[in-house]
Amino acid sequence: METVTQTIQGVPLNHYIILSAVIFSIGVMGVLIRRNAIVIFMSVELMLNAVNLLLTAFSAYRGDPAGQVFVFFIMALAAAEVAVGLAIIVMIYRNTNSTDINVLNRLKW
Amino acid sequence: MNLFYLIAFLSVFFSLLVIFSKNPVYSVLYLIITFFTFTIHYVLLNAQFLAIVNFIVYMGAIMVLFLFVLMLLNLNKDSEPLKSNIVKIAGVVAGMCLLVTLAGSVKALNVSDPLVLKNPDIGLVQNLGKVLFKDFLLPFEVSSILLLAAMVGAVLLAKKDPKKV
Amino acid sequence: MSAINLVWLVPLFPLIGFLINGFGRNVLPKSIVGLVGCLSVLLSFGLSTAIFFELEKSGATAYYVPLFNWIQTGSLSIPFSFQVDHLSSLMLLIVTGIGFLIHVYSIGYMHHDKGYAKFFSYLNLFVFFMLLLVLGSNYVVLFIGWEGVGLCSYLLIGFWYKNSSYASAAKKAFVMNRIGDLGFLIAIFVIFRIFGSIEFGEVFTKAAEMKVGSPVMVLITMLLFVGATGKSAQIPLFTWLPDAMAGPTPVSALIHAATMVTAGIYMIARSNVLFMLAPLTMNVIAIVGLATAILAATIAITQTDIKKVLAYSTVSQLGYMFLGLGVGAYTGAFFHVITHAFFKALLFLGAGSVIHAMSNEQDMRLMGGLRKKLPVTFITMLAGTIAISGIPPFSGFFSKDEILANAYEHNKIFWVIGVIGAVFTAFYMFRMMFLTFYGKFRGTHEQEHHVHESPATMTIPLIVLAVLSIFGGFIGVPEVLGGKHWLSHYLAPVFTNKAAGHEVHHLDHNTEYMLMTISVLGAVIAAIVAYVRYTKKHHVPVPDHASRGFLGNLSYHKYYIDEVYDVLITRPLNALSGLFYKIIDKAIIDGIVNGLGKATGLAGKGLRLVQTGNIGFYIFMMVAGVIALLFYSFYKI
Repeated sequence: METVTQTIQGVPLNHYIILSAVIFSIGVMGVLIRRNAIVIFMSVELMLNAVNLLLTAFSAYRGDPAGQVFVFFIMALAAAEVAVGLAIIVMIYRNTNSTDINVLNRLKW
Repeated sequence: MNLFYLIAFLSVFFSLLVIFSKNPVYSVLYLIITFFTFTIHYVLLNAQFLAIVNFIVYMGAIMVLFLFVLMLLNLNKDSEPLKSNIVKIAGVVAGMCLLVTLAGSVKALNVSDPLVLKNPDIGLVQNLGKVLFKDFLLPFEVSSILLLAAMVGAVLLAKKDPKKV
Repeated sequence: MSAINLVWLVPLFPLIGFLINGFGRNVLPKSIVGLVGCLSVLLSFGLSTAIFFELEKSGATAYYVPLFNWIQTGSLSIPFSFQVDHLSSLMLLIVTGIGFLIHVYSIGYMHHDKGYAKFFSYLNLFVFFMLLLVLGSNYVVLFIGWEGVGLCSYLLIGFWYKNSSYASAAKKAFVMNRIGDLGFLIAIFVIFRIFGSIEFGEVFTKAAEMKVGSPVMVLITMLLFVGATGKSAQIPLFTWLPDAMAGPTPVSALIHAATMVTAGIYMIARSNVLFMLAPLTMNVIAIVGLATAILAATIAITQTDIKKVLAYSTVSQLGYMFLGLGVGAYTGAFFHVITHAFFKALLFLGAGSVIHAMSNEQDMRLMGGLRKKLPVTFITMLAGTIAISGIPPFSGFFSKDEILANAYEHNKIFWVIGVIGAVFTAFYMFRMMFLTFYGKFRGTHEQEHHVHESPATMTIPLIVLAVLSIFGGFIGVPEVLGGKHWLSHYLAPVFTNKAAGHEVHHLDHNTEYMLMTISVLGAVIAAIVAYVRYTKKHHVPVPDHASRGFLGNLSYHKYYIDEVYDVLITRPLNALSGLFYKIIDKAIIDGIVNGLGKATGLAGKGLRLVQTGNIGFYIFMMVAGVIALLFYSFYKI
């Protein structure tokens, strides 16, 4: 374990931020270009994880455990969100026989 | 140190595969690999508790749920009608713009100190547990209510409409 | 426990009666309703009598009975308190005494009416407010009573509210009273501004230091007088009183003849200290009173409705009282209030008895020859008529004579016009008597068959009032006729120094004899003329549409004053309201409000097109927004 922790030493914080930004942006792109509701949902998970990683990095950087606790809470939240979100998708599929979000355009006017 | 950049490259690579593979089942599998790279990141940061939780909750529970739903709805075929190219290009451009803006922001903030684990023990289960059950006891308990509500909501939403049967 | 300390019970009894009858009006049987109504006023009357005697025995000028501190804010302090002095104790006797008689009368008169309990509850409420008005020790309590009697007047005029003309008469009375009330209210504000208090005692003490004829006193007294013209039906606000005859006859007797309409005179008499400081206002009061007296008398001559005759007679008599106030004869004016309360209540109740007998017929052209069938009513009404005509030794003679003598001393022209009015009074009153009770019956057969004397509950009050009308004048027999004028001595503490100085004594006895002889002779001649015209020649007033000649028409149509008001005030006001309604309200205010609503609607109609329902588009816009925000915050474009 000692060696593992040694490995990380010297990586600038900036690189963590940029990594998270890249993955977050990939998540956003996924949301924008896909039409399958489940894939969009996965892209959202990707974004959430990018944030998690960043929070953990900050936590380690500042030596403050609160950041990691937040990550823990975000995970609990994500679990709840996925359960409800997938339930909604299942119901939508049952009603429209599709998970294409372009079909779901009744939410207007 | 080089390990971090390798893992980071894998993370980006697999997350790109997630959004660009046409079959949703492949997407899920790539996503699992992406999450696994995240677990390694956590281990590197010595956040052992989070690494375990991420492994169990994300890769275990959530991903299984995704796969389960995909199989249930029989969406494993490559049936998704693709968006027009213009929309795709617009989406990619927007994502890139966001990336550039974020990167620019980081530059503007000018924080480039190397990461030093001042207190490598904070991520251990023992220490995190103390913080969680002392300072964050109430939010922790409240989150249980959230999970309960989500459970009830999921059951209610997903069950078959009795009238339609 | 002396009776004076219990004075708060006097208004309380009628209030309790009102509450019992008001809440139990659908439950209580008629006998109990009548009993409660009469008993509550009788108890007040008994207590008032005790207070009256105790006050006279004690020799004190006034008692101040505080009840509770009502409004206390800053320098403004308004206690809810009563003042018992000679003026208010006399008014107490009149209000409760005549009120009781009229309550008893109403038992018989209203017996067939569906709103029996409602009527009694309103009547009790009226007595309560009237007692509050009389007893209040400051202008605000007086004003509460003042408004309260106005309210009861409105309720009782519109008692048969299903008839729309009655309801509009009630509204007319209310609105015209409001005009006067506004003046009174402003007067109270000014009084508080000038004197820093609205308690009678303090105000009068401070006012005594003011200069005679100072503008502010003229302002206050003129505003008070405006209030009095509204309540006491003087020019220009008198037209509501004749219309107020739409109410049941006991109401006309109690409210619109004996008590409420004299509230204005009471208020001015109460504030005599202020009025003595404003000679200009006094002159205005005298002239307005005289003009009202003569105008109403000339209208009464041609009226055919028995109650309208009495109503104009009331307006005319009130004019005499104001003439008395205006020339400084407060005692005389108040004396006339008392005697007028007796004989006018009597006349109204008699008229009510006639109407009752005639199955609600009020037109004198359809009456006649009722003398034999209604003997009690006839005799009592005759007593009232002689009293109002001013023929000695009936009560009206003494009071009217005192006013006229004071007027003569003040200005001889006032006296001449006053006597002419008195002659008119005698003429139209005897005309009414002869048309109603002499000659042949002119109504339908059914009515003739139905005619009967009223029950004892109605005749007994008539007899009591007739006795009072005959002998009531003896409380104020002037010295010239060998009397002591008990009333002027009794009221002397209230009408202080300057006012008391204006006694009849200044005239020498020969002049007084002459004045009396002239007015009595005039009245007798007028009575004889009426007898000849309406009994010997069997003259009956022509139907509504027939021509009467110019003067006759003018009088019959009340000088077209209602029509003139309609053209001069009502129509311009309506036109102005219409203008405000159409242009300012409809076009401008509604335009702005509706325009805002429409603009919002249109904007929504345009903007909703942005909501395509395409989630991808939403997310795209969201990302664009995030980029824009970040760009803005980090690069500060």
